Amino acid sequence: MIDRIPSGFHPFVLPFLIGMAFVLLYCVYGIFRILFQLPHEDRRKFLLSLINPVTAAKNVRDIFCDCLLHVKLWQRNPMLGFMHSSIAFGWFMLILLGHIEVFLFVPTRINLFYYPIFFNYFVAEVDQTMNGAFLFFLSDFFLLVVLCGIVLAWVKRIRSRLFGMRRTAVPSLVNRIAMYALWAIFPLRLLAETFTAHISGGSFLTGPGNWLFRQILGNDLYYMPTWWAYSICLCVFMCLLPFSRYMHIPAEMMLIPMRNAGLKIRHARKGLAKLQVLTCPNCGVCIDACPMSVSKANIKDCTVYLTRQIRRGNEKRIAEISDKCLLCGKCEALCQVGVQGPEIRIKQREARKFNISQDYSNISVAAPSSTGKVLYFSGCMSQLTPSIGRSVVSILDKAGVENVWMDREGGLCCGRPMLTAGRTDEAMALVHKNEEAILASGADTLVVSCPICYRMFMENYTLPGVRVVHYSVYFDELVKAGRLHLVKSDLCYVYHDPCELGRGCGIYEEPRRLVGQSAAIAEADKSHKESICCGGSLGSLSLSFRQREKITQAALENLYTSKADAIATACPLCQATLSRYSDRPVRDIAEIIDRQSTPTT
Amino acid sequence: MADFGFRLSKSSTLDLDRIDTKVYDRLCDTDPDARTCMACGSCSATCTAAPFSGMSMRKVILGLQRGQDVRPMLSNCMLCGKCTMVCPRGINTRHLILSICRIYDR
Repeated sequence: MIDRIPSGFHPFVLPFLIGMAFVLLYCVYGIFRILFQLPHEDRRKFLLSLINPVTAAKNVRDIFCDCLLHVKLWQRNPMLGFMHSSIAFGWFMLILLGHIEVFLFVPTRINLFYYPIFFNYFVAEVDQTMNGAFLFFLSDFFLLVVLCGIVLAWVKRIRSRLFGMRRTAVPSLVNRIAMYALWAIFPLRLLAETFTAHISGGSFLTGPGNWLFRQILGNDLYYMPTWWAYSICLCVFMCLLPFSRYMHIPAEMMLIPMRNAGLKIRHARKGLAKLQVLTCPNCGVCIDACPMSVSKANIKDCTVYLTRQIRRGNEKRIAEISDKCLLCGKCEALCQVGVQGPEIRIKQREARKFNISQDYSNISVAAPSSTGKVLYFSGCMSQLTPSIGRSVVSILDKAGVENVWMDREGGLCCGRPMLTAGRTDEAMALVHKNEEAILASGADTLVVSCPICYRMFMENYTLPGVRVVHYSVYFDELVKAGRLHLVKSDLCYVYHDPCELGRGCGIYEEPRRLVGQSAAIAEADKSHKESICCGGSLGSLSLSFRQREKITQAALENLYTSKADAIATACPLCQATLSRYSDRPVRDIAEIIDRQSTPTT
Repeated sequence: MADFGFRLSKSSTLDLDRIDTKVYDRLCDTDPDARTCMACGSCSATCTAAPFSGMSMRKVILGLQRGQDVRPMLSNCMLCGKCTMVCPRGINTRHLILSICRIYDR
């Protein structure tokens, strides 16, 4: 292999160089901008995590698995996984092979960074350097892999269902142009390398291709325009990259270390939230995930459109989308890159100004009498479904647990509805009131039956010396310890995962185990982290009664697929919402257990 | 005044020419379903804040229609959303409260 062009330069590399310089400058600017937007302690935490060998190793592994191999997409759908990893990993390998070739054959040119990209143009093969054949084979092979991915991308545009997606996001104009440029890059590279294969050498694709084209065209005047076109396509793609969805390629490489450093969103538009918005690849997985997408009118309120509107700065739509969301967390659970849609929305709501702010200084909550070591907090929502509270207390009594029902006569709200409405100060005022009462009671265990309260207690309360436990976990422990005995009935239940308990707190198995011990249990089509929100969520501020009804119906349809006789759930809000439209009984697991349990002593 | 154990209640006469329904009108612009309230009081019966401040969504809407000051009542609302759950007219009362908190003049 020898250098064909003595100067090592040709004007056709200029578009590529312009594009590359633009992208690099933009990314460096972006990195510093986001770093400076982070609060001081977050920035420190992030930078320290980069030099910590454990997180650094995790970062490298995650970047390799998520950005190049797309492991999560493979788990979701093999076709989708193959498409993405063939383009990403194939392209990476092409660039890597280009560098290896330059390093091995023309090491004097290693400092020219367009050389690996246009290697085949700049070299000529001589007889004694056939040892490049293996590398040429590899680069042809990976080009073929990338082209397979591109073909699949075309197919996906026409029939997304083959890739396990019912709906995909409608690409905006910039995304469309960048996408066409990306699609054109690889066929053009194949053509360019084919046309020069008789000079630079080629392998199983480019070699025969070159012979074929020479038979048809008879001369090689056409290879220069093709290299120009290849370079221009690269330039178009890279110049549009910062303004299109392909920004996710560089942004994800920064988001992964930030996630591993354990940073949280502090501002709706700055720092981590900004990075997540840039990382959104507009794939549209969240559209199928969103419970609101049962109504066509609400499709444009999914997270993918939130990130798009934030990038456009359309304040009116951002406010609408932020207010409508149920905060069920399913888009976040299924998101391939980890965009925290619900958190961005809550922060967005926090930015709103209110002229009246709530004040609870006039309220004094009497501390519950501290006879029992176990305190039970049913939450205000359970006032609509009072049998939950009664059942919980009855079960605790059966198991011989001394208990006090803290809010039997009505108490304060836990503060989560206030928090999700974006009014943190008011929510924390409620939190402090409740904290005082709980700590004054002298209890060491707090049993909570409402998942909304439970999540709030876990995330926002500081209760030193008090173990906060969801009743499903507590009863499961009682059964395991032999203090409660469950008798199986002949009913069959399907368990509905409440959003706040499942996706919010990661409790999936304990309620199922309890229901399974007191009755037969069936699974719905979509369950666990893919469970559908009941539609009653307090997360949504503006969703109307009618729109909620559609969501509830969709959630019920999903539960009906299990053919169970009755529905079990572990949330007073889900129970109240589902039973409004359900054709079969909806029971809380406390009611089921109370009916099926006997004390063991 | 001597304490008889009972007293005259304040006059509830409304002078319709003088009341200021600006807040109610602005509320109806943002949340038109406020007009569909039939004052059944389900919201008040389920209210978490009611025992503490006499908060009553029914009275809030009524008060706004009469141009009265409802701010003291709203000050204890915890946005728990039970009023929305039970409303037989399907009014999003929780959003109504947030809207009132926004449009009220400071």
